[in-house]
Amino acid sequence: MKVVEAKIVVLGSQGVGKTSLVVRYIGKMFSKHISPTIGASFFTCNINVDDARVKLQVWDTAGQERFRSMAPMYYRNANAALLVYDITNASSFAAIKGWVKELQSNVPEPMVLALVGNKCDLESCRAVSNNEATQYATSIGAAYCETSALHDQGIDQVFLSTATALLSLSSTNLVSSMRSYDSVDGDERLPFGNPTEEMATHIGKVELPAWSDDRVAHGETQRTMCC
Amino acid sequence: MASTSKDVPTSPSGHDNTDDDLEPGASYDSILNPTDSFEEFATEMNTSLERSRDLTKKSSTISEIQSEIGECSKELKETKSSDNLQNKDEAISASTSNSNLDENGEDTDNEDDYLKSPELVNKEKHVFILSSAGKPIYSRYGNEDKLAGVCGVIQALVSVVEEQNRDILRSIITKDCKAVFLVKGPLILVAVSKSNESETQLVLQLTYAFNQIVSVLTLTQLNRIFEQRRNYDLRRLLSGAERLIDNLLIFMEKDPAFLLGAVRCLPLPEKVRENITNAIISTCHKIRDLVFAILIAGNQLITLVRMKKYTLHPSDIHLLFNLVRSSESFKTAESWTPICLPKFDATGFLHGHVSYISEDCQACLLLLTVQRDAFYPLSQAKHTISDKLRRSNCLTAINDALNRSKDLPTTNPLKHIGIPEIRHFMYKCKSTAQLFTSDPICLDRLQDYRQRHKEGGDVVKKKVEKLSDIDYVRNYREFCSKMHCACSPAKLIFRSNSLDTVLAWITNGFELYVTFDPLMEKDQAIRAVDRLLRWIKNEEKRIFIMNAPTF
Repeated sequence: MKVVEAKIVVLGSQGVGKTSLVVRYIGKMFSKHISPTIGASFFTCNINVDDARVKLQVWDTAGQERFRSMAPMYYRNANAALLVYDITNASSFAAIKGWVKELQSNVPEPMVLALVGNKCDLESCRAVSNNEATQYATSIGAAYCETSALHDQGIDQVFLSTATALLSLSSTNLVSSMRSYDSVDGDERLPFGNPTEEMATHIGKVELPAWSDDRVAHGETQRTMCC
Repeated sequence: MASTSKDVPTSPSGHDNTDDDLEPGASYDSILNPTDSFEEFATEMNTSLERSRDLTKKSSTISEIQSEIGECSKELKETKSSDNLQNKDEAISASTSNSNLDENGEDTDNEDDYLKSPELVNKEKHVFILSSAGKPIYSRYGNEDKLAGVCGVIQALVSVVEEQNRDILRSIITKDCKAVFLVKGPLILVAVSKSNESETQLVLQLTYAFNQIVSVLTLTQLNRIFEQRRNYDLRRLLSGAERLIDNLLIFMEKDPAFLLGAVRCLPLPEKVRENITNAIISTCHKIRDLVFAILIAGNQLITLVRMKKYTLHPSDIHLLFNLVRSSESFKTAESWTPICLPKFDATGFLHGHVSYISEDCQACLLLLTVQRDAFYPLSQAKHTISDKLRRSNCLTAINDALNRSKDLPTTNPLKHIGIPEIRHFMYKCKSTAQLFTSDPICLDRLQDYRQRHKEGGDVVKKKVEKLSDIDYVRNYREFCSKMHCACSPAKLIFRSNSLDTVLAWITNGFELYVTFDPLMEKDQAIRAVDRLLRWIKNEEKRIFIMNAPTF
């Protein structure tokens, strides 16, 4: 079985729901009272895609300004980045552009990018249109997805498509920071720690991601006042 | 009512007869810097006079360690952020209008009304933090945006005294209220209090608040920001950290550890604590850049293993307690987070691997290093430690102590000591800066978060039938300040009134505060204290950390 180990960093402004997103995916829960992340939190998860396994090391970073200068520490050697903004907050979308610039100039190896518009359950307060985001995502070569950590919408797709993209990136041999090896199932040398970690936490099928506008199904862009 | 005596009375009999001549809890080696609780403020008072920045000039402990372990100090400096500071700042103020800091104009009328609003009136203690340019940074109650006027007045008061009289404004005292001022670096901190805390106790709290800010930003960054832009709105960098200051202020009012400048340890059987310490040492001794490994639970220290030569100041540990208690996010995953310990080295960050030891044990392990790439080895170490602790049943022992299992003598010490007249006591061993109280403050009551807390804090006059541990601590404040009064410190105070009898006693080795029933005779009290000390001596290995392990 082909196994790929990759590091993925979650970036974005404060309060856009980075931790909620990750905790929803990995912990399968949602809390309204998540306290701000301090520095960065570390999660691991395994995703099986077809007959390959992607082991993700997820770095969920703090969005607050004061940690901005620490970011290089967290995205160094990352193979993928989830760029999260809040669809009801235009400045959080604007901040993504800063992140992309920073990644482009500081990360030498190719990276899988995914633009994530979170809080899509707050459609009535939308401040960033689907169109604008899609266009921007295309321009930076990123997948685009809208999610709701509250209603658990779209999050599985984000991680699955990222894992799939990582898998194909690993077969190009362009990336030296990503570890990829073959292992015979059951005959795997387990590293220290809990062997259950080796079980796939998520299994996905490749039915893949033509993330076009109409795939991200949402109602009409309403022109309502923001709350 | 109060009778103080400056010379030590014939030391309560029998105390010298104990088998060991060391006072309870004392040991030759200490993991903590010994403190005299008021040593702090005295130095603070002096340094603020000259506004000295020698902290930044002194060579940094962190770079010292880095050079020792042969690490070229390629610390990730925050220069990057500060370079961008200006542009970003302008961008933000242009795009979002979240702060209406118009100091003139029509806002002033509204502000007058605002000052009378229930959010602000009748609070027991206000704390304001502003920049030396008069910009609001933090207010304990209300919205600091609307307090620009108050901050302007504070800034004017401070600078008038400073410039015209070449002097320092320390406090303004009215009949029922004290306003205490502290100028530290580029910040002005003010406490306005109707409580019974003394001026020096308030200064100490303000110093803690300042240190909390330093702990988040480092002193270097704080100073540089204001050197570059005197007008900077520091709230942008502190967003998310207000909660830390809020919680710290509550914590300081309730936990006597701050009053005495000491750290509380989780009572554990000696053997268990030894096993825990050994598990940490055996796992970590090869990690060269690890400076401190600290295991804490419920604001109590379980163990601290350190790099040779370096110890921690209790106030740094208090900040760590506060950080862990205020950050639910540590519970969900392993964190890798920059932490500045102001007493250890105010100029730079240590990098901390912070995680709870396991889901079924609420003890939090902090591994602090000078190496910013050390996450993976430390994460590995944490898992190894947690496995070792589980196998040796230490997790169960920690849980028993945390849940205050009935079988432990330390769970209800008063019952165990068997002197019914003692209602409450607190004991500090000075040489090790550790503390033990008869009734650890109930943590649930400390769990107020910003929102709830913003509503509370009013001055209330209530008739209390049964005092809570926190009320005892409030009572001790006055005794504590008399004992440490700079002009005529007392060694022993015995005060009896219709409510209770309090004995406060300070020696070279310890500080002891005991509340008895009223109508307690002096010699009776002294005999009781003697028995109490003997009990503490007996249990010292359980309630204190008696050694100072290193990697």
